[in-house]
Amino acid sequence: MDRLRANFGFAFTLCIAWTLIAFLILPLLVVIPISFTPERYLSLPEGEYSLRHYETLFTDRMWRKGIIDSAIVALGASSLAICLGTICAIGCWKLSSALGETIRILALTPMIVPPIVHALGMYRVWVDFGMIDSYVGLILAHTMKGIPFVVISVSAVLSNFDPRLEQAARSLGAGPLTAMRLTILPNIWPGVLAGGVFAFAISWDEIVVALFLTQRNVYTLPRQIWDGIQDNISPAVAAIGVVLILATIIAVLGKMLWDRRMAARIRGAA
Amino acid sequence: MSDASQIAAAPNLPRMDRTQVTVWAMALLPIAVLSVFYFYPLIRVLLISVTEPTPGFGNYIDIFTSSPVRKVLSTTLWICVVSSSISLMLGYLLAYAIVHATGRWQSWMLLAVLLSFWVSILIRAFAWIALLQTRGMVNETLQAIGLIDDPIRFIRNPFGVILGMVHYMIPYAVLPLMANMRTIDTRYVPAARGLGASPFGAFWRVFLPLSLPGLISAGILVFIFSIGFYITPALLGGGRTTMVAEYIALQVNETLAWGQGTALASSMLFVVFTLLIVLGRIVKFRNMFGAA
Repeated sequence: MDRLRANFGFAFTLCIAWTLIAFLILPLLVVIPISFTPERYLSLPEGEYSLRHYETLFTDRMWRKGIIDSAIVALGASSLAICLGTICAIGCWKLSSALGETIRILALTPMIVPPIVHALGMYRVWVDFGMIDSYVGLILAHTMKGIPFVVISVSAVLSNFDPRLEQAARSLGAGPLTAMRLTILPNIWPGVLAGGVFAFAISWDEIVVALFLTQRNVYTLPRQIWDGIQDNISPAVAAIGVVLILATIIAVLGKMLWDRRMAARIRGAA
Repeated sequence: MSDASQIAAAPNLPRMDRTQVTVWAMALLPIAVLSVFYFYPLIRVLLISVTEPTPGFGNYIDIFTSSPVRKVLSTTLWICVVSSSISLMLGYLLAYAIVHATGRWQSWMLLAVLLSFWVSILIRAFAWIALLQTRGMVNETLQAIGLIDDPIRFIRNPFGVILGMVHYMIPYAVLPLMANMRTIDTRYVPAARGLGASPFGAFWRVFLPLSLPGLISAGILVFIFSIGFYITPALLGGGRTTMVAEYIALQVNETLAWGQGTALASSMLFVVFTLLIVLGRIVKFRNMFGAA
């Protein structure tokens, strides 16, 4: 009887949990029917479906520019963040623990500061540096936002890395950089890759800093979406929404399968 | 004798130094880049707040005396408290269910949470607008089935903002809570039950206290996060429910009141860092970030 009550209690919890998941996911799915409407305004298709809004994404100059600019900026920013973040994580790991920890926390600040605060500061400094509305300017800004994610994921992998491997390489005559390249890098690349994907996603999605630092010359996808919502709520936003959600599903599923494979490999090795 | 030891030490000494120098350079180079392109802009914000339009703390005094600013701050505070409490409670429930669910279900639930975690904030706002605006799907459906005559105003008010924020923040509460709950020894609750506690009693007196550090840190994290919300209030508040980030942007872009805007931004920074210090006393940053 008591066991039954416990099971009933958890079944009830599970019901609420699934309701919550429905609340998280279902409202997003509304973009699917809207994206197929034949009308120019926000509406549900009534018997007639059209791909015109998907076509807009590829034919309209501004949407195309948005996609291309976002790709340029996100690739640039994630590559830079990968380099800087990985170097920082390895350096902190090798330094004495208290100092390394302090530097690491400093490198994490861009993650926790409200975006509007750094957007204001960057705007003023970027004006001085002549980097407003330039690719370099936005790439640098997004690099700063991406570094913490690379530092976190590389540090996580490094905490499982055996430092004696590197010491062995050093005692066999390798210089400091060669030893790191040959022992650390081959072992931490899953963390580097994960951090890089994070940094890419952060930049691809970033809007607040972009609103301050860019005008017309650089025009990323989130800015285009922002305009699409503010001006006339264009159904093209629904079409890009469907594309982005599909990409997210593929990425998340890919990550889960990848984790499973890595776990199996570790189990196999042990 | 001393010569011999010097000769023996000489090839080693520069090599040790080289390692040290390399490590220091590696740790400090990214910090140097961050200093120029990140910390310097933050310092500029602080400087502008005490120099424009006139040197002094006038901008900060205005925060406490100007009634529009006070209205924005009180709106921000209550919306943040309400939305982060709701997110935390729902997130706790969801995390509890995921941690205790069986294998296959667990993966599916986690997949859904991660999916929601990654969907763009703009696409979410768009979906809510499409559903809830006065001529949106929910209102049209309710009118079509005759449940209401006039459309209900769901968005462009605090309700819309809180709904959008809760929807965004639940995954941010679930992930750290789950990481914390996974560290709780799974034998404690059955032990309490074996000693005669009711299912709810075992949860209330054993599991909940054990998960309290995680609950508090996730709560602070979500609250810090909620303070900075800009996009969701701007789109779902529709200019009627203005929170502080949007107000700062308006000050700077429309009225060019940089002093006022940066003073508010600096105060925001101060609140965030104070909360972080409190958080640092409760949990080790290393554990928290390692888990996330």
